[in-house]
Amino acid sequence: MAGRGRGRGRGQMTFNLEDVGIGRGDSLPPTTFKPSPLFPAMSVQPVPLQTGEEVEYMLALKQELRAATKNLPFYIRRAANKRDVDRYSDKYQSGEPKDSTIEWSPDWSRLPKELCIKVRKPQGKKPIPQVKRLKKPLVGKEEILMKLETLEKKEEAVNSEEEEDDEKKKTNQEEEQAEEEDYEEDFEEDTDYIMSYFDNGEEFGGDSDENMDEATY
Amino acid sequence: MTAQEVRLCGLLLQEHFGEVVERIGTHLLRGGAQNLRTIANETNTPLDLVKKSLCVLVQHGVCDFGSGRRGPGSPVEYRGNCERVLRILRYPRYIYTAKTLYGDTGELIVEEVLQRGHMTMSNTVKTVADRLTHNMEEGRSMEYSEVVSSFSKLVETHFLQRCPPVAETATAAPSATPATHRTPASVTPPTAESNPDCYKLPPVTLTGRGKRRRSSDDGEEPGGVKKAKMDSESCGDEGIYWQVNFERFHQHFRDQAIISAVASKLDQTSSEIVRTMLRMSEVTTTPTAAYTQPLSANEIFRSLPPNYSISRPILDQGGSLTGRSDLHRALANLARATLESVVQERFGSRSARIFRLLLRKRHLEQKQVEDFAMIPAKEAKDMLYTLLSENLVQLQEIPKTPDHAPSRTFYLYTVNQLPTARLLLQHCYKTVANLIERRLFETKENKRLLEKSQRIEAILASLQASGAEPEQLTEVEEMITAPERQQLEALRHHINKLDSTENQVDETIFLLESYIISTKSK
Repeated sequence: MAGRGRGRGRGQMTFNLEDVGIGRGDSLPPTTFKPSPLFPAMSVQPVPLQTGEEVEYMLALKQELRAATKNLPFYIRRAANKRDVDRYSDKYQSGEPKDSTIEWSPDWSRLPKELCIKVRKPQGKKPIPQVKRLKKPLVGKEEILMKLETLEKKEEAVNSEEEEDDEKKKTNQEEEQAEEEDYEEDFEEDTDYIMSYFDNGEEFGGDSDENMDEATY
Repeated sequence: MTAQEVRLCGLLLQEHFGEVVERIGTHLLRGGAQNLRTIANETNTPLDLVKKSLCVLVQHGVCDFGSGRRGPGSPVEYRGNCERVLRILRYPRYIYTAKTLYGDTGELIVEEVLQRGHMTMSNTVKTVADRLTHNMEEGRSMEYSEVVSSFSKLVETHFLQRCPPVAETATAAPSATPATHRTPASVTPPTAESNPDCYKLPPVTLTGRGKRRRSSDDGEEPGGVKKAKMDSESCGDEGIYWQVNFERFHQHFRDQAIISAVASKLDQTSSEIVRTMLRMSEVTTTPTAAYTQPLSANEIFRSLPPNYSISRPILDQGGSLTGRSDLHRALANLARATLESVVQERFGSRSARIFRLLLRKRHLEQKQVEDFAMIPAKEAKDMLYTLLSENLVQLQEIPKTPDHAPSRTFYLYTVNQLPTARLLLQHCYKTVANLIERRLFETKENKRLLEKSQRIEAILASLQASGAEPEQLTEVEEMITAPERQQLEALRHHINKLDSTENQVDETIFLLESYIISTKSK
């Protein structure tokens, strides 16, 4: 009983179809199967733009303003991504700001204090480890252990591979940079014969490339 | 802040201040008041860049800051101001108006202040004098006093105003100042108008002339040290910053619109009368007043420009003896005219006829619409449904019986002016955003070509400056082939058209915004 009206004619609705305007026997427009086109054809053409001296002047003003704002210090560009290797040309080519200071000086009394950026100069970093070394000669167990190890190794016969491992551990810590330098100097001074003894494999296979007539096995 | 407004603000910020500021700005506009750390975390931007962007935004008045929600101890919170960003669209109009009113000097002053957000008077005067001197012939330079006089005229007519003093933020010691009684929770930032010295010029005399910047002297200024010393002299007006008073400009635009409407509807004489009345009440009317101050006919008569010799009877004929303009009504009429013309341009003149009919007759049944508009039934139905689907026309149900049976209900078509105006305003914002995006797309498509042409222009300029022969110049010019030239021309034409369209849509935006604001203040 519920489905009685279905399929016959157009179907029942709660309001009178004739009131809305679809009379008996009228054919409805075909149903749409896809969304309406992105740029539908316009039935009425738009009014042409205004022209005149005023309009031209304002147009020129707008374009000049746009170009000018790109050069003002208010235009903030993101710092360029660091490439994998620092290149020599970076020193001469980069136009972008290296540190994070603002290039114009606002009136700081009108801004909250937290917006003021203090620049940390990179030159300040170098004296820090030396100062730290003077002030804190024996800090922490790790440092003492490392020092004992280096002293031991200077006494014993030097094995190059162990030293390389130790060097790698030490390169991770900033404070040991100065010590590492000392360490490397000792390494180079005392070990004439060790240098020639150690063969890191660079020359391997170099001879065989020269004579390609003979077969290599 | 609607989605369309935020999108448009984002595009404007990006064009003028770069992507970083755009990201921070849209985040602020969408999210309400936030503090520094929240912004940095949610936008994944390094803290330094966030600080820089906030400085830029505060400098231009886009962002306000105040003490946090939890009282004076909590971190500072920042709020974005959507309207202020949308004003950027109107900068050319402001500058052009200043030019028509106060000449080149006024134009440059307004342009400088707009570009920098806010500036001190001495800075502005120096920069403008230098710019004007740069454009003058050799040997002549601009006196500071002329610039100062233009500046004072702008301030007297309220086009420039002092920046409001900054409210004490949370970093000030709360208990150390018992004299000033402040409620900590009220964070309404002080408006410019609340400062009684808003339009007072600082008591500073600036003497000097503009300096001509010669391109050959760039590296080797003999007075380099001296110049640096002169610039760092304080001119006595430190801390007094001036900004453009947008409301005053808007008042001016509104008056212009009313005058031109009167002129086209009535005649030239009436428009002159209205212009005089409006000008006389310029400075005394607040921007949101419904009526101008009543003026007696005598005053109007005396203030009319001298070449208009109108005898008194005609003046009396124009209205009662005391005349005043009903500004809200005028704005409503202008908005209505805008709506009608939009419907006309989009749907044709017959739909516009139906729309106008509904505006005047308020509620009509379908049958009545067909009869009054004198349009055949089928077409009238079609047009009504198109307008209904676009939301320009609404259906109002009036039930005859309590059970709202459809066969026993009146369905009346109606147009509500205010919601329709709001709808059109949002359409306008969307339109401008689309225009900007299309312009950016066109520029990006032809980036290679544009760069090439810029390089060639630079080469040409340098060759000409160093005195090259014509053959070399033609050789360089031929580096751009003819089809490329055509492409460039077409590109320039498109971009000009898009820019010009933005300006014109902005005029409509202004009218609709003024109308909506005027209804709010009732």
